[in-house]
Amino acid sequence: MANHGLALRHQFDDVAQQKEASTFGMWLFLATEVLFFGGMFLCYTIYRRWYPVAFGMGSNHLSLMLGAVSTAVLICSSYFMACSVNSAATGKKNALVGYLAMTIVLAIAFLAIEMSEWHMLYSEGLMPGFNFTYHEMDPRHVQLFFGLYFSMTGLHASHVTIGIILLTVMAVRAYRGAFTPDYHTPIEVSGLYWHFVDLVWIFLFPLYYLIARHLQ
Amino acid sequence: MSEHIVTKKQYGFVFVTLMVLTLVTTYAGMKDLGPLNVVVALAIAVIKASLVVLFFMHVYWSTKLNKIVVVSGIAWLGLLLWLTVSDFATRGWLPFPGK
Repeated sequence: MANHGLALRHQFDDVAQQKEASTFGMWLFLATEVLFFGGMFLCYTIYRRWYPVAFGMGSNHLSLMLGAVSTAVLICSSYFMACSVNSAATGKKNALVGYLAMTIVLAIAFLAIEMSEWHMLYSEGLMPGFNFTYHEMDPRHVQLFFGLYFSMTGLHASHVTIGIILLTVMAVRAYRGAFTPDYHTPIEVSGLYWHFVDLVWIFLFPLYYLIARHLQ
Repeated sequence: MSEHIVTKKQYGFVFVTLMVLTLVTTYAGMKDLGPLNVVVALAIAVIKASLVVLFFMHVYWSTKLNKIVVVSGIAWLGLLLWLTVSDFATRGWLPFPGK
């Protein structure tokens, strides 16, 4: 057996088994995350079925342009994350740090776009619990729409924030030379988390910005 | 388990496909297609999600154990949605006895 130094913990037979255990653990965590978000998606599904008109009216206050741009930004950051994993596996340290930095920059850009959208809704008086002052048709159910919108995008944004912290730690470790082609599982596993964050947005975007617009 | 290194070219191909699908779904969202809006938007979202899971998250090349975890995660979500939606959708189909 090759000597991998500190990279191999004693409870594992080899590097491959150690890596397999880590990715397995991350996938188990992501399965619980699917159900965590799943409850909210279920809530959306039921209420959208009950109050389609209110959901249509709420959806038309969101900016389709901002939604589409933030989707594109998140997909780009996912692509850079994927390139980070490739650079780590092929031992290109500078490329790894660079790609991680680009992933982080795009994640911050995503949050900035989302904050501007939230601010826009806040100034229109559409933030439930803060200043909800909507007086057109069916305000209670429009409030329900925005309650769900802010909960789901808020939960997603908190995941993005955690992702930024995680990837920053990884970038610093990578800069210090912690990863080699033999040992880069933390990059791989962080990548899984980051792609999951992208996955959630892939569903949030159509549900809030696309499919409710024409409900009348 | 031998490690599979996915090339940047492969990632690039997936990335371009995801971007094109985002443009298509945004364009379709601007049109009023009636009930088809939901079908088109969700079908494209499922295709995009599958691309991310299979290639960005390497499930296509991963071991059976990890594939089982992925499939069971989706299956439990399906169960949650299916049972609850079928309850809400069928309420009022049958009269309550004595009411």
